Amino acid sequence: MAARSPLSPFAAFFRLLRRNVVVLAGLGTLGYLLLPNVVVTVFSFNKPKGRFNYSWQEFSTDAWKDPCGVADMCGSLSLSLQIAFWATLGATVLGTMIAFALVRYRFRARGAVNSLIFLPMAMPEVVMAASLLTLFLNMGAQLGFWTVLIAHIMFCLSFVVTAVKARVMSMDPRLEQAAQDLYAGPAQTFLRVTLPIAAPGIAAGALLAFALSFDDFIITNFNAGSTVTFPMFVWGSAQRGTPVQINVIGTAMFLIAVLLVVTGMLVGKRRARKSR
Amino acid sequence: MTTRSEAAPPGTDEAPARPARRRGRLVPYWLLLPGILWLLVFFALPLVYQASTSVQTGSLEEGYKVTWHFATYWDALGDYWPQFLRSVLYAGAATVLCLLLGYPLAYLIAFRAGRWRNLILVLVIAPFFTSFLIRTLAWKTILADGGPVVGALNSLHILDVTSWLGATDGDRVLATPLAVVCGLTYNFLPFMILPLYTSLERVDGRLHEAAGDLYARPATTFRKVTLPLSMPGVVSGTLLTFIPAAGDYVNADLLGSTDTRMVGNVIQTQFLRILDYPTAAALSFILMAAILFMVTFYIRKSGTEDLL
Repeated sequence: MAARSPLSPFAAFFRLLRRNVVVLAGLGTLGYLLLPNVVVTVFSFNKPKGRFNYSWQEFSTDAWKDPCGVADMCGSLSLSLQIAFWATLGATVLGTMIAFALVRYRFRARGAVNSLIFLPMAMPEVVMAASLLTLFLNMGAQLGFWTVLIAHIMFCLSFVVTAVKARVMSMDPRLEQAAQDLYAGPAQTFLRVTLPIAAPGIAAGALLAFALSFDDFIITNFNAGSTVTFPMFVWGSAQRGTPVQINVIGTAMFLIAVLLVVTGMLVGKRRARKSR
Repeated sequence: MTTRSEAAPPGTDEAPARPARRRGRLVPYWLLLPGILWLLVFFALPLVYQASTSVQTGSLEEGYKVTWHFATYWDALGDYWPQFLRSVLYAGAATVLCLLLGYPLAYLIAFRAGRWRNLILVLVIAPFFTSFLIRTLAWKTILADGGPVVGALNSLHILDVTSWLGATDGDRVLATPLAVVCGLTYNFLPFMILPLYTSLERVDGRLHEAAGDLYARPATTFRKVTLPLSMPGVVSGTLLTFIPAAGDYVNADLLGSTDTRMVGNVIQTQFLRILDYPTAAALSFILMAAILFMVTFYIRKSGTEDLL
Protein backbone atom coordinates (compact mmCIF):
# COMPACT_ATOMS: atom_id res chain seq x y z
CA MET A 1 0.00 0.00 0.00
CA ALA A 2 2.74 2.40 0.93
CA ALA A 3 4.35 1.95 -2.46
CA ARG A 4 1.34 3.52 -4.14
CA SER A 5 1.76 6.90 -2.53
CA PRO A 6 4.16 9.01 -4.61
CA LEU A 7 5.29 10.92 -1.54
CA SER A 8 6.23 7.93 0.54
CA PRO A 9 10.03 7.93 1.00
CA PHE A 10 10.00 4.16 0.67
CA ALA A 11 8.42 4.35 -2.80
CA ALA A 12 10.68 7.22 -3.79
CA PHE A 13 13.73 5.24 -2.75
CA PHE A 14 12.56 2.20 -4.68
CA ARG A 15 11.81 4.21 -7.77
CA LEU A 16 15.22 5.86 -7.59
CA LEU A 17 16.89 2.49 -7.14
CA ARG A 18 14.95 1.00 -10.03
CA ARG A 19 15.90 3.86 -12.31
CA ASN A 20 19.49 3.59 -11.29
CA VAL A 21 19.49 -0.14 -11.90
CA VAL A 22 18.50 0.43 -15.53
CA VAL A 23 21.03 3.22 -15.95
CA LEU A 24 23.80 1.24 -14.26
CA ALA A 25 23.06 -1.89 -16.30
CA GLY A 26 22.99 0.17 -19.50
CA LEU A 27 26.28 1.85 -18.71
CA GLY A 28 27.75 -1.53 -17.85
CA THR A 29 26.80 -2.79 -21.31
CA LEU A 30 28.31 0.32 -22.86
CA GLY A 31 31.51 -0.44 -20.95
CA TYR A 32 31.47 -4.03 -22.26
CA LEU A 33 31.11 -2.64 -25.80
CA LEU A 34 33.94 -0.14 -25.44
CA LEU A 35 36.41 -2.16 -23.34
CA PRO A 36 38.08 -3.86 -26.36
CA ASN A 37 38.63 -0.46 -27.99
CA VAL A 38 40.32 0.76 -24.82
CA VAL A 39 42.53 -2.34 -24.83
CA VAL A 40 43.37 -1.87 -28.52
CA THR A 41 44.36 1.76 -27.86
CA VAL A 42 46.43 1.01 -24.75
CA PHE A 43 48.24 -1.86 -26.44
CA SER A 44 49.14 0.34 -29.42
CA PHE A 45 51.69 1.83 -26.98
CA ASN A 46 53.04 -1.54 -25.91
CA LYS A 47 56.47 -2.98 -26.58
CA PRO A 48 55.80 -6.72 -26.68
CA LYS A 49 58.55 -9.21 -25.94
CA GLY A 50 57.51 -12.09 -28.18
CA ARG A 51 55.71 -12.12 -31.51
CA PHE A 52 52.30 -11.60 -29.94
CA ASN A 53 50.98 -8.34 -28.54
CA TYR A 54 48.67 -9.85 -25.90
CA SER A 55 50.34 -8.98 -22.59
CA TRP A 56 51.58 -5.61 -21.35
CA GLN A 57 55.37 -5.11 -21.23
CA GLU A 58 56.43 -1.46 -21.38
CA PHE A 59 55.32 1.89 -22.77
CA SER A 60 56.64 2.81 -26.19
CA THR A 61 55.57 4.99 -29.12
CA ASP A 62 57.62 3.04 -31.66
CA ALA A 63 54.62 1.68 -33.53
CA TRP A 64 53.00 5.12 -33.83
CA LYS A 65 56.22 6.56 -35.27
CA ASP A 66 56.46 3.82 -37.86
CA PRO A 67 52.90 2.68 -38.69
CA CYS A 68 53.93 1.02 -41.96
CA GLY A 69 56.94 -0.71 -40.44
CA VAL A 70 55.40 -4.16 -40.89
CA ALA A 71 55.85 -5.87 -44.23
CA ASP A 72 52.71 -5.93 -46.39
CA MET A 73 50.38 -4.34 -43.83
CA CYS A 74 49.97 -0.92 -45.44
CA GLY A 75 49.68 -2.58 -48.84
CA SER A 76 46.77 -4.65 -47.57
CA LEU A 77 45.24 -1.54 -46.03
CA SER A 78 45.34 0.35 -49.32
CA LEU A 79 43.92 -2.68 -51.15
CA SER A 80 41.04 -2.80 -48.66
CA LEU A 81 40.39 0.91 -49.16
CA GLN A 82 40.35 0.48 -52.95
CA ILE A 83 37.98 -2.48 -52.81
CA ALA A 84 35.74 -0.65 -50.33
CA PHE A 85 35.68 2.42 -52.60
CA TRP A 86 34.66 0.53 -55.76
CA ALA A 87 32.27 -1.76 -53.90
CA THR A 88 30.59 1.29 -52.34
CA LEU A 89 30.29 2.98 -55.71
CA GLY A 90 28.88 -0.12 -57.41
CA ALA A 91 26.49 -1.07 -54.61
CA THR A 92 25.27 2.52 -54.15
CA VAL A 93 24.48 3.04 -57.85
CA LEU A 94 22.78 -0.33 -58.31
CA GLY A 95 21.03 -0.19 -54.94
CA THR A 96 19.70 3.35 -55.42
CA MET A 97 18.24 2.36 -58.80
CA ILE A 98 16.48 -0.63 -57.24
CA ALA A 99 15.19 1.47 -54.34
CA PHE A 100 13.66 4.03 -56.70
CA ALA A 101 12.06 1.31 -58.80
CA LEU A 102 10.58 -0.31 -55.67
CA VAL A 103 9.11 2.88 -54.23
CA ARG A 104 8.10 4.78 -57.33
CA TYR A 105 6.94 2.25 -59.89
CA ARG A 106 4.54 -0.62 -60.27
CA PHE A 107 5.94 -3.73 -61.89
CA ARG A 108 5.49 -7.46 -61.95
CA ALA A 109 7.23 -9.90 -59.61
CA ARG A 110 7.59 -7.31 -56.85
CA GLY A 111 7.42 -10.02 -54.20
CA ALA A 112 10.22 -11.98 -55.83
CA VAL A 113 12.39 -8.86 -56.09
CA ASN A 114 11.76 -8.04 -52.44
CA SER A 115 12.75 -11.49 -51.26
CA LEU A 116 15.83 -11.51 -53.50
CA ILE A 117 16.91 -8.33 -51.71
CA PHE A 118 15.97 -9.57 -48.23
CA LEU A 119 17.57 -13.02 -48.44
CA PRO A 120 21.25 -11.96 -48.56
CA MET A 121 20.71 -10.09 -45.28
CA ALA A 122 19.07 -13.13 -43.64
CA MET A 123 21.72 -15.62 -44.79
CA PRO A 124 24.74 -16.54 -42.67
CA GLU A 125 27.78 -15.03 -44.32
CA VAL A 126 29.58 -18.35 -44.50
CA VAL A 127 26.82 -19.80 -46.69
CA MET A 128 27.05 -16.94 -49.19
CA ALA A 129 30.83 -17.16 -49.12
CA ALA A 130 30.92 -20.92 -49.71
CA SER A 131 28.29 -20.92 -52.45
CA LEU A 132 29.95 -18.04 -54.30
CA LEU A 133 33.22 -19.94 -54.16
CA THR A 134 31.57 -22.99 -55.78
CA LEU A 135 30.37 -20.71 -58.58
CA PHE A 136 33.82 -19.23 -59.14
CA LEU A 137 35.45 -22.67 -59.01
CA ASN A 138 32.96 -24.05 -61.52
CA MET A 139 33.52 -21.13 -63.87
CA GLY A 140 37.27 -21.45 -63.45
CA ALA A 141 37.53 -17.81 -62.38
CA GLN A 142 40.87 -16.52 -61.11
CA LEU A 143 40.34 -15.66 -57.43
CA GLY A 144 41.61 -12.21 -56.47
CA PHE A 145 40.70 -8.51 -56.58
CA TRP A 146 37.79 -8.94 -59.00
CA THR A 147 36.11 -11.87 -57.26
CA VAL A 148 36.34 -10.00 -53.93
CA LEU A 149 34.88 -6.86 -55.51
CA ILE A 150 32.01 -8.84 -57.09
CA ALA A 151 31.24 -10.47 -53.74
CA HIS A 152 31.34 -7.19 -51.83
CA ILE A 153 28.99 -5.43 -54.26
CA MET A 154 26.65 -8.43 -53.92
CA PHE A 155 26.30 -8.34 -50.13
CA CYS A 156 26.38 -4.53 -49.79
CA LEU A 157 23.60 -4.07 -52.35
CA SER A 158 20.72 -5.12 -50.08
CA PHE A 159 21.80 -2.77 -47.30
CA VAL A 160 21.95 0.20 -49.69
CA VAL A 161 18.49 -0.64 -51.05
CA THR A 162 17.08 -0.73 -47.50
CA ALA A 163 18.66 2.59 -46.51
CA VAL A 164 17.66 4.47 -49.69
CA LYS A 165 14.16 2.95 -49.75
CA ALA A 166 13.41 4.23 -46.25
CA ARG A 167 14.34 7.76 -47.28
CA VAL A 168 12.54 7.79 -50.66
CA MET A 169 9.40 6.38 -49.04
CA SER A 170 9.20 9.25 -46.58
CA MET A 171 9.56 11.78 -49.43
CA ASP A 172 6.60 14.00 -50.29
CA PRO A 173 5.68 13.25 -53.95
CA ARG A 174 3.98 16.65 -54.18
CA LEU A 175 7.39 18.33 -54.24
CA GLU A 176 8.14 16.70 -57.57
CA GLN A 177 4.69 17.51 -58.87
CA ALA A 178 5.28 21.12 -57.86
CA ALA A 179 8.56 21.14 -59.77
CA GLN A 180 6.82 19.80 -62.85
CA ASP A 181 4.04 22.37 -62.50
CA LEU A 182 6.80 24.97 -62.57
CA TYR A 183 7.90 23.60 -65.97
CA ALA A 184 10.90 21.58 -64.82
CA GLY A 185 11.61 18.67 -67.17
CA PRO A 186 11.94 15.09 -65.82
CA ALA A 187 15.74 15.31 -65.79
CA GLN A 188 15.72 18.69 -64.07
CA THR A 189 13.16 17.53 -61.52
CA PHE A 190 15.26 14.49 -60.74
CA LEU A 191 18.56 16.36 -60.43
CA ARG A 192 17.32 19.41 -58.54
CA VAL A 193 14.49 18.04 -56.41
CA THR A 194 14.48 14.26 -56.11
CA LEU A 195 18.20 13.62 -55.77
CA PRO A 196 18.91 16.30 -53.12
CA ILE A 197 16.04 15.02 -50.97
CA ALA A 198 17.13 11.39 -51.34
CA ALA A 199 20.78 12.30 -50.72
CA PRO A 200 20.88 11.58 -46.95
CA GLY A 201 19.48 8.10 -47.56
CA ILE A 202 21.98 7.47 -50.35
CA ALA A 203 24.82 8.77 -48.17
CA ALA A 204 23.74 6.53 -45.29
CA GLY A 205 23.61 3.53 -47.62
CA ALA A 206 27.02 4.36 -49.07
CA LEU A 207 28.59 4.75 -45.61
CA LEU A 208 27.14 1.43 -44.52
CA ALA A 209 28.42 -0.24 -47.69
CA PHE A 210 31.89 1.20 -47.14
CA ALA A 211 32.03 0.04 -43.54
CA LEU A 212 30.71 -3.44 -44.43
CA SER A 213 33.10 -3.90 -47.33
CA PHE A 214 36.15 -2.54 -45.53
CA ASP A 215 35.64 -4.77 -42.50
CA ASP A 216 34.42 -7.89 -44.29
CA PHE A 217 36.32 -11.02 -43.46
CA ILE A 218 34.31 -14.23 -44.00
CA ILE A 219 33.26 -13.68 -47.63
CA THR A 220 36.69 -12.28 -48.49
CA ASN A 221 38.41 -15.21 -46.79
CA PHE A 222 36.65 -17.64 -49.14
CA ASN A 223 36.91 -15.68 -52.38
CA ALA A 224 40.21 -13.79 -52.22
CA GLY A 225 42.59 -16.55 -53.27
CA SER A 226 46.04 -15.28 -52.33
CA THR A 227 44.96 -11.60 -52.30
CA VAL A 228 45.39 -10.12 -48.81
CA THR A 229 43.00 -7.42 -47.62
CA PHE A 230 43.48 -5.73 -44.25
CA PRO A 231 41.12 -8.08 -42.33
CA MET A 232 42.89 -11.01 -44.03
CA PHE A 233 46.21 -9.58 -42.86
CA VAL A 234 44.95 -9.36 -39.27
CA TRP A 235 43.63 -12.93 -39.48
CA GLY A 236 46.98 -14.16 -40.76
CA SER A 237 48.86 -12.27 -38.06
CA ALA A 238 46.71 -13.90 -35.37
CA GLN A 239 48.42 -17.12 -36.44
CA ARG A 240 51.92 -15.80 -37.14
CA GLY A 241 52.30 -13.00 -34.60
CA THR A 242 50.46 -9.72 -34.06
CA PRO A 243 52.49 -6.56 -34.74
CA VAL A 244 51.70 -3.50 -32.60
CA GLN A 245 51.01 -1.57 -35.79
CA ILE A 246 47.66 -3.40 -36.13
CA ASN A 247 46.55 -1.66 -32.93
CA VAL A 248 47.81 1.67 -34.26
CA ILE A 249 45.65 1.31 -37.38
CA GLY A 250 42.68 0.16 -35.28
CA THR A 251 43.01 3.13 -32.91
CA ALA A 252 43.48 5.61 -35.76
CA MET A 253 40.38 4.27 -37.55
CA PHE A 254 38.33 4.58 -34.36
CA LEU A 255 39.51 8.16 -33.72
CA ILE A 256 38.96 9.28 -37.32
CA ALA A 257 35.44 7.79 -37.35
CA VAL A 258 34.44 9.36 -34.03
CA LEU A 259 35.92 12.69 -35.12
CA LEU A 260 33.98 12.62 -38.42
CA VAL A 261 30.72 11.70 -36.72
CA VAL A 262 31.09 14.36 -34.01
CA THR A 263 32.01 17.03 -36.61
CA GLY A 264 29.00 16.00 -38.67
CA MET A 265 26.73 16.29 -35.66
CA LEU A 266 28.08 19.72 -34.71
CA VAL A 267 27.73 21.02 -38.30
CA GLY A 268 24.18 19.67 -38.42
CA LYS A 269 23.35 21.37 -35.13
CA ARG A 270 24.76 24.69 -36.29
CA ARG A 271 22.84 24.46 -39.55
CA ALA A 272 19.63 23.68 -37.68
CA ARG A 273 20.22 26.70 -35.42
CA LYS A 274 20.88 28.95 -38.44
CA SER A 275 17.76 27.88 -40.28
CA ARG A 276 15.76 28.73 -37.20
CA MET B 1 11.58 6.38 -83.45
CA THR B 2 12.95 8.83 -80.95
CA THR B 3 14.25 11.29 -83.49
CA ARG B 4 10.90 11.34 -85.26
CA SER B 5 8.97 11.94 -82.05
CA GLU B 6 11.36 14.68 -80.97
CA ALA B 7 11.10 16.29 -84.39
CA ALA B 8 7.30 16.21 -84.28
CA PRO B 9 5.77 19.68 -84.00
CA PRO B 10 4.31 20.53 -80.59
CA GLY B 11 0.79 20.71 -82.03
CA THR B 12 0.50 16.96 -82.60
CA ASP B 13 0.22 15.58 -79.09
CA GLU B 14 -0.46 11.96 -79.96
CA ALA B 15 2.84 10.99 -81.56
CA PRO B 16 5.32 11.94 -78.77
CA ALA B 17 3.04 10.99 -75.91
CA ARG B 18 2.78 7.31 -76.78
CA PRO B 19 6.46 6.37 -76.95
CA ALA B 20 7.01 8.33 -73.77
CA ARG B 21 4.35 6.34 -71.99
CA ARG B 22 5.69 3.08 -73.34
CA ARG B 23 9.18 4.08 -72.24
CA GLY B 24 7.72 5.01 -68.85
CA ARG B 25 6.33 1.56 -68.41
CA LEU B 26 9.76 0.06 -68.97
CA VAL B 27 11.57 2.43 -66.62
CA PRO B 28 11.23 0.26 -63.48
CA TYR B 29 12.61 -2.75 -65.35
CA TRP B 30 15.63 -0.82 -66.56
CA LEU B 31 16.21 0.46 -63.03
CA LEU B 32 15.95 -3.04 -61.57
CA LEU B 33 17.86 -4.90 -64.27
CA PRO B 34 21.53 -4.39 -63.34
CA GLY B 35 21.14 -4.83 -59.58
CA ILE B 36 18.76 -7.76 -59.78
CA LEU B 37 20.94 -9.43 -62.40
CA TRP B 38 23.90 -9.01 -60.06
CA LEU B 39 22.00 -10.68 -57.21
CA LEU B 40 20.72 -13.46 -59.46
CA VAL B 41 24.15 -14.30 -60.85
CA PHE B 42 26.23 -13.82 -57.69
CA PHE B 43 23.74 -14.73 -54.97
CA ALA B 44 21.00 -17.04 -56.29
CA LEU B 45 22.97 -18.93 -58.94
CA PRO B 46 25.78 -19.81 -56.47
CA LEU B 47 23.18 -21.44 -54.22
CA VAL B 48 22.22 -23.67 -57.16
CA TYR B 49 25.86 -24.47 -57.82
CA GLN B 50 26.34 -25.26 -54.14
CA ALA B 51 23.36 -27.62 -54.15
CA SER B 52 24.79 -29.33 -57.21
CA THR B 53 28.28 -29.57 -55.70
CA SER B 54 26.86 -31.20 -52.58
CA VAL B 55 25.61 -34.24 -54.55
CA GLN B 56 28.77 -34.67 -56.60
CA THR B 57 31.44 -37.31 -56.12
CA GLY B 58 34.98 -37.45 -57.40
CA SER B 59 38.32 -36.03 -56.44
CA LEU B 60 40.29 -32.85 -57.00
CA GLU B 61 42.56 -34.51 -59.58
CA GLU B 62 39.90 -36.32 -61.60
CA GLY B 63 37.22 -33.68 -61.22
CA TYR B 64 33.74 -33.88 -59.73
CA LYS B 65 30.59 -35.23 -61.34
CA VAL B 66 26.96 -34.99 -60.28
CA THR B 67 26.05 -38.50 -59.15
CA TRP B 68 23.13 -37.57 -56.84
CA HIS B 69 25.16 -38.89 -53.99
CA PHE B 70 22.85 -37.83 -51.15
CA ALA B 71 24.78 -39.96 -48.68
CA THR B 72 27.16 -36.99 -48.37
CA TYR B 73 24.45 -35.28 -46.32
CA TRP B 74 24.06 -38.20 -43.92
CA ASP B 75 27.81 -38.59 -43.58
CA ALA B 76 28.24 -34.87 -42.97
CA LEU B 77 25.50 -34.85 -40.32
CA GLY B 78 26.88 -38.00 -38.73
CA ASP B 79 30.42 -36.66 -38.59
CA TYR B 80 29.70 -33.09 -37.63
CA TRP B 81 26.52 -33.10 -35.52
CA PRO B 82 28.48 -31.92 -32.43
CA GLN B 83 29.60 -28.83 -34.33
CA PHE B 84 26.02 -28.16 -35.47
CA LEU B 85 24.76 -28.55 -31.92
CA ARG B 86 27.50 -26.25 -30.65
CA SER B 87 26.64 -23.60 -33.23
CA VAL B 88 23.00 -23.58 -32.12
CA LEU B 89 23.93 -23.60 -28.41
CA TYR B 90 26.60 -20.89 -28.61
CA ALA B 91 24.56 -18.68 -30.92
CA GLY B 92 21.49 -19.19 -28.72
CA ALA B 93 23.42 -18.35 -25.55
CA ALA B 94 24.95 -15.29 -27.23
CA THR B 95 21.51 -14.14 -28.40
CA VAL B 96 20.03 -14.45 -24.90
CA LEU B 97 23.02 -12.60 -23.41
CA CYS B 98 22.75 -9.89 -26.07
CA LEU B 99 19.08 -9.42 -25.20
CA LEU B 100 19.79 -9.27 -21.45
CA LEU B 101 22.72 -6.87 -21.88
CA GLY B 102 21.28 -4.88 -24.77
CA TYR B 103 17.81 -4.18 -23.43
CA PRO B 104 18.90 -1.96 -20.51
CA LEU B 105 21.19 0.05 -22.77
CA ALA B 106 18.51 0.48 -25.46
CA TYR B 107 16.06 1.48 -22.70
CA LEU B 108 18.59 3.92 -21.28
CA ILE B 109 19.15 5.55 -24.69
CA ALA B 110 15.44 5.74 -25.48
CA PHE B 111 14.05 7.04 -22.17
CA ARG B 112 16.77 8.15 -19.77
CA ALA B 113 19.66 9.56 -21.74
CA GLY B 114 18.24 13.05 -22.37
CA ARG B 115 20.81 15.18 -24.11
CA TRP B 116 23.39 12.37 -23.97
CA ARG B 117 21.30 10.27 -26.33
CA ASN B 118 23.23 11.03 -29.53
CA LEU B 119 26.60 10.64 -27.84
CA ILE B 120 25.69 7.19 -26.48
CA LEU B 121 24.36 6.16 -29.90
CA VAL B 122 27.66 7.19 -31.47
CA LEU B 123 29.52 5.18 -28.81
CA VAL B 124 27.41 2.11 -29.63
CA ILE B 125 28.23 2.37 -33.34
CA ALA B 126 31.82 3.63 -33.05
CA PRO B 127 33.48 0.24 -32.32
CA PHE B 128 32.32 -0.85 -35.80
CA PHE B 129 34.93 1.42 -37.29
CA THR B 130 37.78 -0.57 -35.81
CA SER B 131 38.16 -3.86 -37.64
CA PHE B 132 36.19 -6.50 -35.70
CA LEU B 133 39.12 -8.91 -35.94
CA ILE B 134 41.36 -6.50 -34.04
CA ARG B 135 38.67 -6.03 -31.40
CA THR B 136 38.15 -9.77 -31.11
CA LEU B 137 41.88 -10.23 -30.60
CA ALA B 138 41.65 -7.71 -27.74
CA TRP B 139 39.51 -10.26 -25.89
CA LYS B 140 42.57 -12.51 -25.80
CA THR B 141 44.20 -9.86 -23.64
CA ILE B 142 41.10 -9.20 -21.53
CA LEU B 143 40.45 -12.88 -20.79
CA ALA B 144 44.13 -13.81 -20.49
CA ASP B 145 45.06 -16.50 -17.96
CA GLY B 146 45.82 -14.93 -14.59
CA GLY B 147 44.54 -11.55 -15.79
CA PRO B 148 42.34 -9.25 -13.68
CA VAL B 149 39.06 -10.46 -15.25
CA VAL B 150 39.81 -14.13 -14.71
CA GLY B 151 41.12 -13.34 -11.23
CA ALA B 152 37.92 -11.51 -10.29
CA LEU B 153 35.71 -14.29 -11.67
CA ASN B 154 37.79 -16.81 -9.78
CA SER B 155 37.62 -15.02 -6.44
CA LEU B 156 33.86 -14.62 -6.80
CA HIS B 157 33.69 -18.40 -7.41
CA ILE B 158 31.90 -17.78 -10.71
CA LEU B 159 34.43 -19.94 -12.51
CA ASP B 160 33.57 -22.85 -10.20
CA VAL B 161 29.96 -22.64 -11.38
CA THR B 162 30.85 -22.26 -15.07
CA SER B 163 33.38 -25.09 -14.79
CA TRP B 164 30.69 -27.29 -13.31
CA LEU B 165 28.45 -26.37 -16.24
CA GLY B 166 31.26 -27.22 -18.65
CA ALA B 167 31.55 -23.66 -19.96
CA THR B 168 35.05 -23.09 -18.61
CA ASP B 169 38.02 -25.26 -17.78
CA GLY B 170 39.49 -24.86 -14.31
CA ASP B 171 41.19 -21.47 -13.96
CA ARG B 172 41.04 -20.77 -17.67
CA VAL B 173 38.47 -18.75 -19.60
CA LEU B 174 40.37 -18.44 -22.87
CA ALA B 175 39.97 -21.42 -25.21
CA THR B 176 36.70 -22.42 -23.53
CA PRO B 177 33.05 -22.18 -24.65
CA LEU B 178 32.57 -19.19 -22.32
CA ALA B 179 35.21 -17.20 -24.21
CA VAL B 180 33.57 -18.00 -27.56
CA VAL B 181 30.10 -17.04 -26.31
CA CYS B 182 31.57 -13.89 -24.77
CA GLY B 183 33.15 -12.95 -28.11
CA LEU B 184 29.97 -13.72 -30.08
CA THR B 185 27.91 -11.66 -27.62
CA TYR B 186 30.32 -8.78 -27.94
CA ASN B 187 30.50 -8.87 -31.73
CA PHE B 188 26.75 -8.93 -32.38
CA LEU B 189 25.53 -6.79 -29.44
CA PRO B 190 25.05 -3.62 -31.56
CA PHE B 191 22.78 -5.62 -33.91
CA MET B 192 20.56 -6.23 -30.89
CA ILE B 193 20.74 -2.74 -29.39
CA LEU B 194 19.88 -0.75 -32.52
CA PRO B 195 16.58 -2.49 -33.44
CA LEU B 196 15.60 -2.52 -29.74
CA TYR B 197 16.29 1.20 -29.52
CA THR B 198 14.33 1.90 -32.72
CA SER B 199 11.22 0.17 -31.41
CA LEU B 200 11.57 1.57 -27.87
CA GLU B 201 11.97 5.08 -29.23
CA ARG B 202 8.51 4.83 -30.81
CA VAL B 203 6.91 3.99 -27.46
CA ASP B 204 4.99 7.03 -26.25
CA GLY B 205 6.35 8.05 -22.84
CA ARG B 206 2.83 9.10 -21.81
CA LEU B 207 1.83 5.44 -21.84
CA HIS B 208 4.19 4.94 -18.89
CA GLU B 209 2.49 7.78 -17.07
CA ALA B 210 -0.91 6.38 -17.91
CA ALA B 211 0.10 2.97 -16.57
CA GLY B 212 1.39 4.64 -13.41
CA ASP B 213 -1.85 6.60 -13.06
CA LEU B 214 -3.72 3.32 -13.27
CA TYR B 215 -1.73 2.05 -10.28
CA ALA B 216 0.67 -0.17 -12.19
CA ARG B 217 3.97 -0.66 -10.45
CA PRO B 218 7.11 0.03 -12.56
CA ALA B 219 7.68 -3.71 -13.02
CA THR B 220 4.09 -4.18 -14.15
CA THR B 221 4.34 -1.19 -16.48
CA PHE B 222 7.40 -2.75 -18.03
CA ARG B 223 5.84 -6.19 -18.35
CA LYS B 224 2.45 -5.03 -19.67
CA VAL B 225 3.31 -1.88 -21.64
CA THR B 226 6.96 -1.41 -22.57
CA LEU B 227 7.94 -4.99 -23.31
CA PRO B 228 4.95 -5.86 -25.56
CA LEU B 229 5.42 -2.62 -27.52
CA SER B 230 9.11 -3.37 -28.05
CA MET B 231 8.49 -6.91 -29.33
CA PRO B 232 9.20 -6.01 -32.99
CA GLY B 233 12.64 -4.84 -31.89
CA VAL B 234 13.16 -8.00 -29.83
CA VAL B 235 12.25 -10.19 -32.80
CA SER B 236 14.44 -8.42 -35.36
CA GLY B 237 17.26 -8.03 -32.82
CA THR B 238 17.33 -11.74 -31.96
CA LEU B 239 17.29 -12.64 -35.67
CA LEU B 240 20.07 -10.18 -36.49
CA THR B 241 22.13 -11.66 -33.65
CA PHE B 242 21.37 -15.35 -34.00
CA ILE B 243 21.81 -15.73 -37.77
CA PRO B 244 25.34 -14.31 -38.07
CA ALA B 245 26.38 -15.89 -34.76
CA ALA B 246 25.32 -19.37 -35.91
CA GLY B 247 27.46 -19.11 -39.04
CA ASP B 248 30.43 -17.41 -37.42
CA TYR B 249 33.82 -19.10 -37.22
CA VAL B 250 36.03 -16.17 -36.29
CA ASN B 251 35.27 -16.16 -32.55
CA ALA B 252 35.50 -19.93 -32.23
CA ASP B 253 38.85 -19.85 -34.02
CA LEU B 254 40.45 -16.88 -32.24
CA LEU B 255 39.03 -17.33 -28.72
CA GLY B 256 38.25 -21.04 -28.65
CA SER B 257 40.04 -24.34 -29.03
CA THR B 258 39.54 -27.48 -31.09
CA ASP B 259 36.80 -28.43 -28.62
CA THR B 260 34.77 -25.32 -29.43
CA ARG B 261 34.69 -25.64 -33.20
CA MET B 262 31.39 -24.57 -34.72
CA VAL B 263 29.87 -25.55 -38.05
CA GLY B 264 31.34 -22.43 -39.67
CA ASN B 265 34.84 -23.66 -38.77
CA VAL B 266 34.14 -27.02 -40.38
CA ILE B 267 32.84 -25.44 -43.59
CA GLN B 268 35.86 -23.15 -43.71
CA THR B 269 38.45 -25.90 -43.25
CA GLN B 270 36.65 -28.32 -45.60
CA PHE B 271 36.47 -25.67 -48.31
CA LEU B 272 39.80 -23.89 -47.96
CA ARG B 273 42.19 -26.46 -46.47
CA ILE B 274 40.93 -30.02 -46.95
CA LEU B 275 39.30 -29.11 -50.30
CA ASP B 276 36.49 -31.63 -49.81
CA TYR B 277 33.98 -29.55 -51.74
CA PRO B 278 30.94 -31.90 -51.66
CA THR B 279 31.02 -32.25 -47.85
CA ALA B 280 31.57 -28.52 -47.38
CA ALA B 281 28.71 -27.69 -49.76
CA ALA B 282 26.41 -30.17 -48.02
CA LEU B 283 27.24 -28.69 -44.59
CA SER B 284 26.65 -25.17 -45.86
CA PHE B 285 23.36 -26.25 -47.42
CA ILE B 286 22.19 -27.87 -44.17
CA LEU B 287 23.13 -24.72 -42.22
CA MET B 288 21.19 -22.54 -44.66
CA ALA B 289 18.13 -24.78 -44.59
CA ALA B 290 18.19 -25.04 -40.79
CA ILE B 291 18.43 -21.29 -40.36
CA LEU B 292 15.73 -20.49 -42.91
CA PHE B 293 13.47 -23.06 -41.24
CA MET B 294 14.12 -21.67 -37.76
CA VAL B 295 13.65 -18.08 -38.91
CA THR B 296 10.34 -18.79 -40.64
CA PHE B 297 9.06 -20.72 -37.62
CA TYR B 298 10.19 -17.99 -35.25
CA ILE B 299 8.63 -15.17 -37.27
CA ARG B 300 5.33 -17.06 -37.52
CA LYS B 301 5.32 -17.79 -33.81
CA SER B 302 6.35 -14.32 -32.65
CA GLY B 303 3.93 -12.79 -35.14
CA THR B 304 0.98 -14.49 -33.49
CA GLU B 305 2.26 -13.77 -29.99
CA ASP B 306 2.54 -10.15 -30.96
CA LEU B 307 -1.19 -9.93 -31.55
CA LEU B 308 -2.09 -11.33 -28.14
